[in-house]
Amino acid sequence: MTVTELVSYEDALAAYDPVMGLEVHVELGTKTKMFCGCSTELGAPPNSQTCPTCLGLPGSLPVVNAIGIESAVKIGLALNCEIAEWCRFARKNYFYPDMPKNFQTSQYDEPIAFNGYLDVQLEDGEVFRVEIERAHMEEDTGKSLHVGGATGRIHGASHSLLDYNRAGIPLIEIVTKPIEGAGERAPEVAKAYVAELRELIKALGVSEARMEQGQMRCDVNLSLRPHGVEKFGTRSETKNVNSLRSVERAARFEVQRHAAVLSSGGTIIQETRHFHEEDGSTTSGRVKEEAEDYRYFPEPDLVPMAPPREWVEELRATLPELPRVRRNRLREEWGVSEHDMQSILNAGAVDLIVATIEAGADAASARKWWMGELARRSNEEGVELTSLAITPAQVARVAELVAAGDINDKLARQVIEGVLAGEGDPDTVVEKRGLKVVSDEGALGAAVDEAIASNAAIADKIRGGKVAAVGALVGAVMKTTRGQADAARVKELILQKLGVEA
Amino acid sequence: MTDIIKLTAAEIAAKIAAGELTAVEVTEAHLARIEAVDEKVHAFLHIDREGALAQARAVDAKREAGEELGPLAGVPLALKDIFTTEGVPTTVGSKILEGWIPPYDATVTRKLKAAGVVILGKTNMDEFAMGSSTENSAYGPTGNPWDLTRVPGGSGGGSSAALASYQAPLAIGTDTGGSIRQPAAVTGTVGVKPTYGGVSRYGMVAFSSSLDQGGPCARTVLDAALLHEVIAGHDPLDSTSIDAPVPPVVEAARSGSVAGMRVGVVKQFSGEGYQAGVVQRFNESVELLESLGATIVELDCPSFDLGLSAYYLIAPSECSSNLARFDAMRYGLRVGDDGTRSAEDVTALTREAGFGDEVKRRIMLGTYALSSGYYDAYYGSAQKVRTLITRDFEKAFEQVDVIVSPTTPTTAFPIGERADDPMAMYLADLCTIPTNLAGNAAMSLPCGLAPEDGLPVGLQIIAPAMKDDRLYKVGAAVEAAFVERWGHPLLEEAPSL
Amino acid sequence: MPGITREEVAHLARLARLELQAEELDHFAGQLDDIIGAVARVSEVADQDVPPTSHPLPLTNVMRLDEVRPSLTPEQALSCAPAQEQQRFKVPQILGED
Ligand SMILES: [Mg+2]
Ligand SMILES: [Zn+2]
Repeated sequence: MTVTELVSYEDALAAYDPVMGLEVHVELGTKTKMFCGCSTELGAPPNSQTCPTCLGLPGSLPVVNAIGIESAVKIGLALNCEIAEWCRFARKNYFYPDMPKNFQTSQYDEPIAFNGYLDVQLEDGEVFRVEIERAHMEEDTGKSLHVGGATGRIHGASHSLLDYNRAGIPLIEIVTKPIEGAGERAPEVAKAYVAELRELIKALGVSEARMEQGQMRCDVNLSLRPHGVEKFGTRSETKNVNSLRSVERAARFEVQRHAAVLSSGGTIIQETRHFHEEDGSTTSGRVKEEAEDYRYFPEPDLVPMAPPREWVEELRATLPELPRVRRNRLREEWGVSEHDMQSILNAGAVDLIVATIEAGADAASARKWWMGELARRSNEEGVELTSLAITPAQVARVAELVAAGDINDKLARQVIEGVLAGEGDPDTVVEKRGLKVVSDEGALGAAVDEAIASNAAIADKIRGGKVAAVGALVGAVMKTTRGQADAARVKELILQKLGVEA
Repeated sequence: MTDIIKLTAAEIAAKIAAGELTAVEVTEAHLARIEAVDEKVHAFLHIDREGALAQARAVDAKREAGEELGPLAGVPLALKDIFTTEGVPTTVGSKILEGWIPPYDATVTRKLKAAGVVILGKTNMDEFAMGSSTENSAYGPTGNPWDLTRVPGGSGGGSSAALASYQAPLAIGTDTGGSIRQPAAVTGTVGVKPTYGGVSRYGMVAFSSSLDQGGPCARTVLDAALLHEVIAGHDPLDSTSIDAPVPPVVEAARSGSVAGMRVGVVKQFSGEGYQAGVVQRFNESVELLESLGATIVELDCPSFDLGLSAYYLIAPSECSSNLARFDAMRYGLRVGDDGTRSAEDVTALTREAGFGDEVKRRIMLGTYALSSGYYDAYYGSAQKVRTLITRDFEKAFEQVDVIVSPTTPTTAFPIGERADDPMAMYLADLCTIPTNLAGNAAMSLPCGLAPEDGLPVGLQIIAPAMKDDRLYKVGAAVEAAFVERWGHPLLEEAPSL
Repeated sequence: MPGITREEVAHLARLARLELQAEELDHFAGQLDDIIGAVARVSEVADQDVPPTSHPLPLTNVMRLDEVRPSLTPEQALSCAPAQEQQRFKVPQILGED
């Protein structure tokens, strides 16, 4: 393989204008599969959620899941799409062992939703409109386990093992129109679009859209054209880019790679490419000898769908506030910057903070705990914030204890640690670990006296007006109380005893 | 014993209900008949002796317990090997499914069992129902009981031959382009293709989804009606199933009459390729209908001339996709897996070894018709023809209540005669195909023997969609008049085996 | 219009995953040519302004409730598998995308 020397991003953008197309697949959160009654629950033993239909047994037939259609219409409406008055499923014919019927039941030239847009907000607050070509319904494939190769990858494997539990889970594929005019911000737009789409899908309640679980997957198509040229260049299709960060990196890498090829007089070939998480690069997929010919035709086992207009309008009326609008409202309520709000969004903390505030915490402390201690813990453990073993109500209780002076921040961190470790709710942890601040004035007074006595020199300095030195005495008191004292109260007491005005 | 096998299904059911016969006796009589003659006929691919006797015993036990029995309880039936049967092999006449034991019952199978019908076994057929002679079965051809050197029609030749040789009084077939009606015609039996969506396709191995339809086969019109009522009706597992009451077919079969009816004769169902004796018997049938009080109306349905062409694009296209699942990965045959070959190669080797020539031809034809660049000219145009044929039928049914035609242009042809001449074979379905394309209902019943070869000729009756009862009303009247004229059912003229 | 060649038959066979023998290619080329030549008549109506019929019945919106129905057991699902391992269908190596 020839390794192309990349062109710097700045140089690439100086000569070329990127055009992107993004294709996102979302697994819907229905209870059952798209065309049969098998459960979609994750984590079941292999091949325990299959039936004649999703195994493609001879004689089996599909029946459409009503919630699958409803979800597709909701997504279409939220993306400002037109909803088809009449449309059909089609068969996309190609052989692959993970696809039991060797055709995917999908939609072809009659998608259920088309012609929409999604406004996405960049980090500096600029709003960029991404036009939506279509959103259509289809089904997922089974999962292959590749055995015998060195890496567990398909390449070099001696055989593969198939689990069809995932085969037939409903998917919505959302395809953008060519995204033009983003210029150097193209990778940022790509990431913001996928992030916004994920928020939208979650807000609609049609899927949890967890990218790390493969419930949402993105293909990044990208081409470059010289500035001033109308015609699109040849595109590459980078498949299965499965995190927000990777979407941005893949787009950026492809801009640099295309520029390098083009500026050295080469030509881009239309091909699929694979993204590599480790170094953010892409490599060429297998080049097929002949172009795929999917031989689409209307699925004869399913009848057409004609969503009644009144029903579509009913659904439209139930749509929740758009995530971007809601976020801007929350940002103002919470008094945070665009940048901080973006970090909250990227951390997946918006709803958690909202719930914590609803449970009684003030906005600042709710944000502080989720974006501080808890974000650190989720990073360390490599899990989503929502997966941590603590609820917004528990976080709110911690904030309440701090506000009441029952515990300080340091103790609060220990309380959170206890809750995460499964020791019970915050009050139980405080109780069991004995984390209450020492508020017994007598005991505290004795500790202060002791600290003054054993640090006479410092005490003199303070008496002499160097009030800043009080920190050392506070530290000594905190040490003897093993942190369970209210630092502010300790400082007050010391200054009082030394007869100094704070 | 010979008495029992000559009884109609209605008679058997009545005798069982009255306690004159037990279901076990009836079943054993038919199993004995199968044992005696099926080596010659080869109607069955699989005999489910134990399953049949168990079902018969259950019916007898129910009767003894005083429970009410359905109208066909205890009556034996031959099931085309295209319907899945839990625990019983289902091959669709193909090597690729040899040894496959489905883990589920087709809806038709389930309904038969629930009605107390005794399934004797699975009948031979053209592989994946592709053919008009049953010669395309991977398990060897079936003989026509009228002349064992001739074909019993197809694809449901096993079912029609089982009826004509008294191995079963009832059978089930499937009709994609004539596979119930054409075998009925050439064996002197009765076969009905219900309105598309009238009988569930769930568990019926798909050939061409938008054309396939299961239906009843029998020796009398009433028996076919009784069976029709058992297997028809809405099925939530089949999205193309009609959610409406089953037309009153039994009532119609019991009150056969054509008085005051307008009966259409379509110009396009005649001319070159029609055997003289077939035309003669058909013309006599039309005269008979007139003498029974029907008014004959001549009809012009120009688009019917394109029916065969449209069919041979639509059916192969759908089959090329439906049969893609036979890939050696999850069930069925696997050939060439030596540990070094890829899945793709093993799939291709298996399909090469597991499919017969006709199946391969149709898969390639369909692949061609759907491929980019050809879709509009072939598949797209064929679907337009389908619309035109439906419109021709609609116009026709504004003028008439039913249409009649010969079921098939010729009588049974010799085994081997058309085996490697696909175009000649396809002509057998000339008169039956338009109904599949439009989705309406049709029946074939015997209307005599062709003078030149002494073989049965079928009369086709065609009704509008969901007016299946008209087939039985007209069919019963025609049947009664012919039996009276002949002095006995036509099948009694068949040579004994 | 047609005139189907041996090469086209080979291409169709590849798309359809049929490992045809050399003599089959010639045999089928002739037959397919005949059949396609005959059925090509349908394109007489290609220019007519007629809607295509894909479904013989005018049904729409046939759906089911999103309710779980019993699945097969893994044993039933795998009962006909040509090969299995770890409660999964064992298949020959899949040609990689990379
Ligand atoms: Mg897709
Ligand atoms: Zn399933």
